[in-house]
Amino acid sequence: MINTSGTKTTRGVALRLERVRRVFDNKFVVIEGMDLRIDAGEFLAVLGPSGCGKSTLLRMIARLAAPDDGRIIAEPEQFQTAFVFQDAHLLPWRTVLNNAALPLELMGIGREDRNAKARTALAQVGLAEAEDRYPAQLSGGMRMRVSLARALVTDPRLLLMDEPFAALDEITRFNLEVQLRELWQRRGMTVIFVTHSISEAAFLANRAVVLARRKGRIKLDRRLDLPPERTNDLRSDPRLGYEMKLLMGAMEEE
Amino acid sequence: MRKFLPPLIPFVVITLALEWMVRSGLVPSYLVPAPSAVLRALLDNREELAAAMTKTSAAALIGFALSTLAGVAIAVLLSSSRAIQRALYPYAVFFQTVPIIAIAPLLVIWFGYGMKTVVASAFIVSIFPVIANTLTGLLSTDPALRDLFRLYGASPAITLVKLRFPAALPQILTGLRVASGLAVIGAIVGEFIGGEGLGSVVDIARTQQRVDKVFAAVLLASALGLALFGLINLISALTLRRWHASEQLQ
Ligand SMILES: Nc1ncnc2c1ncn2[C@@H]1O[C@H](COP(=O)(O)OP(=O)(O)OP(=O)(O)O)[C@@H](O)[C@H]1O
Ligand SMILES: [Mg+2]
Repeated sequence: MINTSGTKTTRGVALRLERVRRVFDNKFVVIEGMDLRIDAGEFLAVLGPSGCGKSTLLRMIARLAAPDDGRIIAEPEQFQTAFVFQDAHLLPWRTVLNNAALPLELMGIGREDRNAKARTALAQVGLAEAEDRYPAQLSGGMRMRVSLARALVTDPRLLLMDEPFAALDEITRFNLEVQLRELWQRRGMTVIFVTHSISEAAFLANRAVVLARRKGRIKLDRRLDLPPERTNDLRSDPRLGYEMKLLMGAMEEE
Repeated sequence: MRKFLPPLIPFVVITLALEWMVRSGLVPSYLVPAPSAVLRALLDNREELAAAMTKTSAAALIGFALSTLAGVAIAVLLSSSRAIQRALYPYAVFFQTVPIIAIAPLLVIWFGYGMKTVVASAFIVSIFPVIANTLTGLLSTDPALRDLFRLYGASPAITLVKLRFPAALPQILTGLRVASGLAVIGAIVGEFIGGEGLGSVVDIARTQQRVDKVFAAVLLASALGLALFGLINLISALTLRRWHASEQLQ
């Protein structure tokens, strides 16, 4: 199978959300009747106002919380998920290498093996030199890279990201976005990327979904008409500007 | 050295002022001894005081070690479920509110005159801050990190050892700092009622109107508390220097 980005094998997970509902405290309906199909190997951006249920959606997809109604079907059924949060959330008492190797350690993989894989993941995010440092000795951007390496180390088939670059300065963010896009093209996993930034969503994703303020209603679901190669040159491309305008329009309408 | 100089200055100033006030008759020496008299009492009774200091130190250290072990273990148990916490935490608070001076005679009845009573007293007064701080630390684990551990199938035991316990370490050490001072107080109170050590030296010297000796023993007791406190700070600096912002050595 060949996916949209041209990678040879599709390693990603396909997801199908059917009438998904999530209620807090028996009365506060955050998501209601949400239907959404996500293809294997898709890079989906999720936009929406604060408090509309984006994080709630990601937690359900990660199986950290169950829908109160409806269901989420995954194909294949068993697969490795990785989660990247808004802040790096590293363990401050562990070195960069041991932070990156943590998921494998929890899965019971031996030291040699997991350190080798963690080194590969760190190299992929450009942190090969920093493996013996502690999080307190890193910049915010470097910490986020470690967090990304920790997510990639298990070679996940589904990568969930909840505003991962929101706390970074723009240059660092631009570079990480390019790197993330490259990693995705090489690996072909499914990525669901939550963000507040319209430009980030348009730059990164193949498809963008805009949620309404209430009940997780999908206001816009669009396949972005942009070339698969995303470099910083694209940032001034009128095609990107056009997609951003569409997304912005959907965000603004009530 | 720069660290020790600031607290040293008030010490020197107060000592000199006190010496002058007593010598000039401003303060009667049967109420407050001149610092030079305290120093003389320290030297004249050095063997008795050294033996007392050894006993008090041993009892305070053992009591403190027991508080640490039992306190952390109890906190782990309490943190394991809301129900257990609701049922048992009020009893842990008992340790904080127990008037040790009223309980001490009971301890003599239970443990007899001597070291066991002193250790028990040090233990009882110092365990609560260990329980309370450890529990707070264990319950305030970053929810995102708990999610992360769940995502990779970590068991509760692994999560405790690899996440919750190390994350709670700064708070546990805060509890130990408070407990170390209390353990010394507990030991002295225990010795007042039913043991031998600095506490009994103070008690006897007091009946003999030897304020200089009382002050000498009190000085040693404070030194003991400071030493224990310093020990915890050292452990703290060594274990946390890499990661806890407040412990960053410049
Ligand atoms: N555990 C919870 N208990 C009760 N209410 C919750 C809980 N978690 C989230 N909510 C509520 O659900 C709504 C959606 O929260 P969610 O975190 O999913 O929003 P979000 O879209 O991620 O917002 P943001 O962009 O600010 O991160 C919010 O109104 C929030 O207050
Ligand atoms: Mg959120």
